[in-house]
Amino acid sequence: MKKVVFIALALILVIGIMPFTACGGAEEEYKIGAVLGITGFNSALGEPEKQTLEMLEEAINDAGGINGKNVKIIIYDTETDSTTCFTATKRLIEQDNVLAIIGASSSGVTMAILDTVTDAEVPLVSLAASDQIIKPVEERYWIFKTPQTNSMVVARVYDYLSDQGISEVALITASDGFGALGLEELKDVASTWGMTIVADESFDPDDTDMTTQLAVIKGKNPEAVICWGTNKGSAVIADNMKDLAMEMPLVMSHGIANRDFIDLAGEAANGVIFPAGKLLVTEQLPDDDPQKDVLLAYKADFEYLYGEGNVDTFGGHAWDAFTLITDAIQSLVDEGKEVDRAGIRDKLESAELVGISGIFNMSSTDHLGLTPDCLVLVEIVDGEWTLAEE
Amino acid sequence: MATWQLVQYVVTGITVGSIYAIVGLGFTIIYSVTGIINFAQGEFVMLGGMTAFSLIGLGLPIPVALMLAVVLVTLVGVVFNLTAIRPAGRASSITLIIITIGGALFIRAVAGLYWGRDAVALPPFSSGASLSFLGAYIRPQSLWVIGITLVLMVVVYLLLNRTLVGKALKAAAINRRAAALVGIDARMMSLVSFALAAATGAIGGIVIAPISYASYDMGVMLGLKGFVAAAMGGLTGVWGVFLGGLGLGLAESLAAGYISSSYKDAIALIFLFAVLLIRSRRLVAGEEAAA
Repeated sequence: MKKVVFIALALILVIGIMPFTACGGAEEEYKIGAVLGITGFNSALGEPEKQTLEMLEEAINDAGGINGKNVKIIIYDTETDSTTCFTATKRLIEQDNVLAIIGASSSGVTMAILDTVTDAEVPLVSLAASDQIIKPVEERYWIFKTPQTNSMVVARVYDYLSDQGISEVALITASDGFGALGLEELKDVASTWGMTIVADESFDPDDTDMTTQLAVIKGKNPEAVICWGTNKGSAVIADNMKDLAMEMPLVMSHGIANRDFIDLAGEAANGVIFPAGKLLVTEQLPDDDPQKDVLLAYKADFEYLYGEGNVDTFGGHAWDAFTLITDAIQSLVDEGKEVDRAGIRDKLESAELVGISGIFNMSSTDHLGLTPDCLVLVEIVDGEWTLAEE
Repeated sequence: MATWQLVQYVVTGITVGSIYAIVGLGFTIIYSVTGIINFAQGEFVMLGGMTAFSLIGLGLPIPVALMLAVVLVTLVGVVFNLTAIRPAGRASSITLIIITIGGALFIRAVAGLYWGRDAVALPPFSSGASLSFLGAYIRPQSLWVIGITLVLMVVVYLLLNRTLVGKALKAAAINRRAAALVGIDARMMSLVSFALAAATGAIGGIVIAPISYASYDMGVMLGLKGFVAAAMGGLTGVWGVFLGGLGLGLAESLAAGYISSSYKDAIALIFLFAVLLIRSRRLVAGEEAAA
């Protein structure tokens, strides 16, 4: 009797699991997965990324999908946690059987799934900044990314300063991961741009006052100050420089490319110069800028759905990733080839796209395909972002 | 080394030190009455800054908003004491300290959900450019910070030493049972100390928000620095914590100016380590006396 019950239970178990493991055969729709930091530390990144993907999914399906077949986006929240992201990625690959994955939102979390997608041979388009995600490219056969890297931002800053005839700079960088990465790059390439670093100070983003560090810098008389950090610490620095009557140009990082910085620093934000994606100053771009139409359209669509003034760079990275993947599927369909993971990967590697973050020209040696001129220098004038003259 | 730089480092050190002293004051008040180190003190400071910001956002006149913020945070201190500390009854100090850590995490998480992760700024109390003297600069708001710290120290000192409530608080601190025999309710005194600490914390959060902004997680760093200031001051007297705060602020500023800003954050931890080594016996002794 016991045996019968046992067999019955075993049968139920097998039948119960079957639908989940059954795979193969023609899919009804093109499934693309996404692992985003919608909650937790990266929520400011993950939320607009999710909104962008949902908007694009609806738009492409309303327009008839890809040759009549719908695109389905399956989004999981990583909670900005490597382990959660790893589990979600496994699920996308094994249960949802997706063709490609978008994410994660930040570098640390992306690093946690590189081996998983490589072993499963699934193309991944990351939305995180770090260079290490796609380098060395031999080991990152299946990995691509869309945001500009730190080294491009630094190159753009030094390029701007040397155009202004400035060669003696003081650095003040946050003591967190973001600041440390910036500092490393700023020091590494300073000599190639003919820059002399006369002071190298750091600050804790939670500190209440940075006038001590700035007094040290003031004593060294640099021609410009470069500050690498995110909103809060950077705003204190802009404010403290005004307090100390320091008049030299203040150049900051892309970490302040959002309205909150201006709200925090108020008056002191005026005059701050920083490199950012073109999305910030879309309307001010010259009409012959090849990205202008794409940027205007994305901005209009996003703000129509989610509110005026809410478009931001992070959502733009997701726009690029989605478009790269759907373009790859489209061209496979056009060529009459089978749409599978390997096919999409090959198409991604030769992708050309006028996107939000820049103009992509992917190759087998460059899985990002952007150049530093996808960034523009923005100056805050009267509390508004203004395209800086160069 | 230029003189103006030294002056600037000292000015910054005193400003920052005053902030640490205000935060440390709350630790001292609660510890001297109950023997508990209240690790939610930094959260009271955060609540002060954030609540004031929200109330100003509601359109209240600024002075009204600031005062109302202090009242609201004082209520939070009272509720915290009634819901988290009082039910634990006669639990040991260690248990109560762990409860305050839990309380701090809870308050921080709720604040993060309610206000979000972004920092916010309060308007400065008085406008105008920074004042220059000896080649150094001082902001009007720094003068406010230093002034309010001094006033607060004096008020708390008078309250503890010159009023009946203060004498009752002290009595409960010295010997709970004897105090109970003369009709002082130790639980009431614990409640009063939390209310007072929450109020001073809120004032601290409000005066620093115009210069260093407020955010849901600001209590972590300020709590640590305030605790070091209070521990340096011996955790019992008002003037001890004042000197402790100024000492820490000056040491940090001078170290950042003359050694390297990379080591600045190590200063507080080195001080804490030294204080714990030297004073640990005294702290424990004080704890036994309170029990």
